Amino acid sequence: MAPKLPPQQPLQTPAEQGNDGAATAGHVNEGYHHGPSGLMRWLLTTNHKEIGTLYLIFSLSMFFIGGIFALVVRAELFQPGLQLVQPEFFNQMTTMHGLIMVFGAVMPGFVGLANWMIPLQVGAPDMALPRLNNFSFWLLPVAFTLLLSTLLMPGGGPNFGWTFYAPLSTTYAPPSTTFFILSLHIAGISSILGAINIIATILNMRAPGMRMMDMPLFVWTWLITAFLLIAVMPVLAGVITMMLMDINFGTSFFNAAGGGDPVMFQHIFWFFGHPEVYIMILPAFGIVSAIIPTFARKRLFGYASMVYATSSIAILSFLVWAHHMFAVGLPLVAELFFMYTTMLIAVPTGVKVFNWIATLFQGSISFETPMLFALAFVVLFTIGGFSGLMLAIAPADFQYHDTYFVVAHFHYVLVPGAVFAIMAAVYYWLPKWTGHYPNERLGRWHFWTSVIGVNLTFFPMHFSGLAGMPRRIPDYALQFADFNMASSIGALLFGTSQLLFVLMIIKCVRGGEKAPAKAWEGAEDLEWTVPSPAPLHTFDTPPQFHHREG
Amino acid sequence: MSGSYYVPPQSKWPVLGSLAVGALMISLGIQLVHGTGLLFMLLGLVAVLVVMWLWFRDVVLESRQGLYDAQMDRSFRWGMGWFIFSEVMFFAAFFGALFYVRVFAVPWLDGEGAKGVAALLWPDFTASWPLMNPPGADISGPEAVLSPWQLPLVNTIFLVVSSVTLTIAHEALKEGFRETARNWLIGTIFLGVCFLIVQGIEYYEAFHHYGITLQAGIYGSTFFLLTGFHGLHVTIGVITLGVMLMRVMKGHFVRDDHFGFEAAAWYWHFVDVVWIGLFIFVYVF
Repeated sequence: MAPKLPPQQPLQTPAEQGNDGAATAGHVNEGYHHGPSGLMRWLLTTNHKEIGTLYLIFSLSMFFIGGIFALVVRAELFQPGLQLVQPEFFNQMTTMHGLIMVFGAVMPGFVGLANWMIPLQVGAPDMALPRLNNFSFWLLPVAFTLLLSTLLMPGGGPNFGWTFYAPLSTTYAPPSTTFFILSLHIAGISSILGAINIIATILNMRAPGMRMMDMPLFVWTWLITAFLLIAVMPVLAGVITMMLMDINFGTSFFNAAGGGDPVMFQHIFWFFGHPEVYIMILPAFGIVSAIIPTFARKRLFGYASMVYATSSIAILSFLVWAHHMFAVGLPLVAELFFMYTTMLIAVPTGVKVFNWIATLFQGSISFETPMLFALAFVVLFTIGGFSGLMLAIAPADFQYHDTYFVVAHFHYVLVPGAVFAIMAAVYYWLPKWTGHYPNERLGRWHFWTSVIGVNLTFFPMHFSGLAGMPRRIPDYALQFADFNMASSIGALLFGTSQLLFVLMIIKCVRGGEKAPAKAWEGAEDLEWTVPSPAPLHTFDTPPQFHHREG
Repeated sequence: MSGSYYVPPQSKWPVLGSLAVGALMISLGIQLVHGTGLLFMLLGLVAVLVVMWLWFRDVVLESRQGLYDAQMDRSFRWGMGWFIFSEVMFFAAFFGALFYVRVFAVPWLDGEGAKGVAALLWPDFTASWPLMNPPGADISGPEAVLSPWQLPLVNTIFLVVSSVTLTIAHEALKEGFRETARNWLIGTIFLGVCFLIVQGIEYYEAFHHYGITLQAGIYGSTFFLLTGFHGLHVTIGVITLGVMLMRVMKGHFVRDDHFGFEAAAWYWHFVDVVWIGLFIFVYVF
């Protein structure tokens, strides 16, 4: 039962781009567009690979900054009672941890991968609009320097949770909130322009002969993600603009005394926010759909259904937002509508998980580090998906709402979900980026410490949450002490084990076993036809893509 | 055409642009929080405009050197199209807020619906739209609202006609009649400027004779949010069309290659359509 319509298998590539580890052959193009080197090279670049690297380094830095904030939170929660930080600072830490991880680590991480890999996977010479690409990147350091600087302002930084609900973020907010809003505007501009670039690249820059249904799934999932970004980042811009006006100009959008409604904030925020969480997971689906077939040495099972499932998830994501607000006092009909639409999402997601498992079935599987992370993704993301289904049941959600059960749920989909997928992608594509295989031994240590750390951190939160421990509170009742101590130890383990990740990357950049063009035996996409490391300019002449009939 | 896609060399405009945007935003924040950022803000704005000018200048020069091919043209088309879609969603958030307030929030404050507890906050409150009497005692609503059939109608006519004149200019450009295109484009810009002037008069009246201010409860809030951001977009559109006028006069555009003009026209039509929505839902109903 060979699945129809497999993608991939380019047969012909430009001759000068070699076919194995002969990196020398690939460097023939490297001379042109010379310009400043050193720091200026990175400031002025228009090259998708350099910009991709910048995004990835930025994302990793933010991952550590956000991680340190999380460790402050976990350290305070190690024992009941207040010992390390003031509650006000604790609130700033939970808020900044969320904001930094969502907007600074996960989103730029995926954009970095998109920058590096989409032109390589579709056979394009670069992104469609290379200067705009660099603009999108350099807005981010500006935005996040401003965001982090709010911590030092009088009254402290944002302290109302990453969802910044009004009126906590308007009437009762610290003065720095205006700067928080403006920094988010800059990050939003960056996201929108980046997404426009990605869409234009995918729709317009594919190699001759590559049809939409020939595209690797990472490209497909990013196409849909980019659409979501362009659709909802402006809505975020809209809602924070209304906040800005409520704070500074005395408008009444979220003030019932003037005829507005604080609940309206939540509606508009989550109309952005729910597609946003899929923005953070759809590219992960694409990565896993590349890695599992490679190391199972089989074609992806159900390529077309993967595409349709991704599209369905994206469409449904616009119709489920109020499941974040079941407890706020919605009309009954809204509770029911959003409960059912939310449960519908389980169907296309189930299709995906089924397809990954079906791809593994009867494959000849090997367990290199990227595959380990991808398999952990499938198992642990599914746990996060199931707890999501529990939360989708409106009457049950009245119990779970704002407890650690919710924290456990979204960390399962974001950490062993989105973050593991980014790590899997880094291990998978590092040979293409650096020309060296990542150190397998180090990779395994990193993987196992991360997996143990993640589960030790977040699994107990299910229990403390179901027992009623509220989130975003620096102190807790004594019966939650054991679970919290376990979580804190797990967080410390997970956090420190990320130093292994950095060590692995540094070692891989500096040396290691040489990788050929096709670094993994079972890898089939177009990026594996260019030398490793990929020369600065690839596919100057578009390769002829040959569709392989099933 | 394969192999001819133009990848620009290193450029300083993107990174300078991001610094300029950062300066503008930070100074705006300083102005709002401390009230001392006005000069810095002006500098930031000038910096943004200068960078845009120089960046677009590079693009125009490259285009005129013939470095761009049909594929590049499509990249610009997709880029502009999706950018306008993002703008549509930006306004969608504001329209969504307007509808939510009118359909749900205000009637609920008056006790309507299954969750009428909100009515307990202000038992004397009576819902109406436009909301003339906000529930809170310290927020006074507008004294009167503007009639849609005076200045707003005039403005509607201005914008609708300007879309027509712009289309005529575009058709003339496609036929190669540069002078005609120039004249109709001047007419379009004139109508846009007229719109902005009338909008200014209307704001003056709203402020001084009708008591419609940003602080006048949710009616004033939504009114200025929607018309204000629309007006800002008209301003940007007028500037863009002004640049296109310069380029028409310089002879940059030829019959089958003038996407810069088309992109500006798309933007103008988008601004026009948003106004129709505003006219219907902010002024008429």
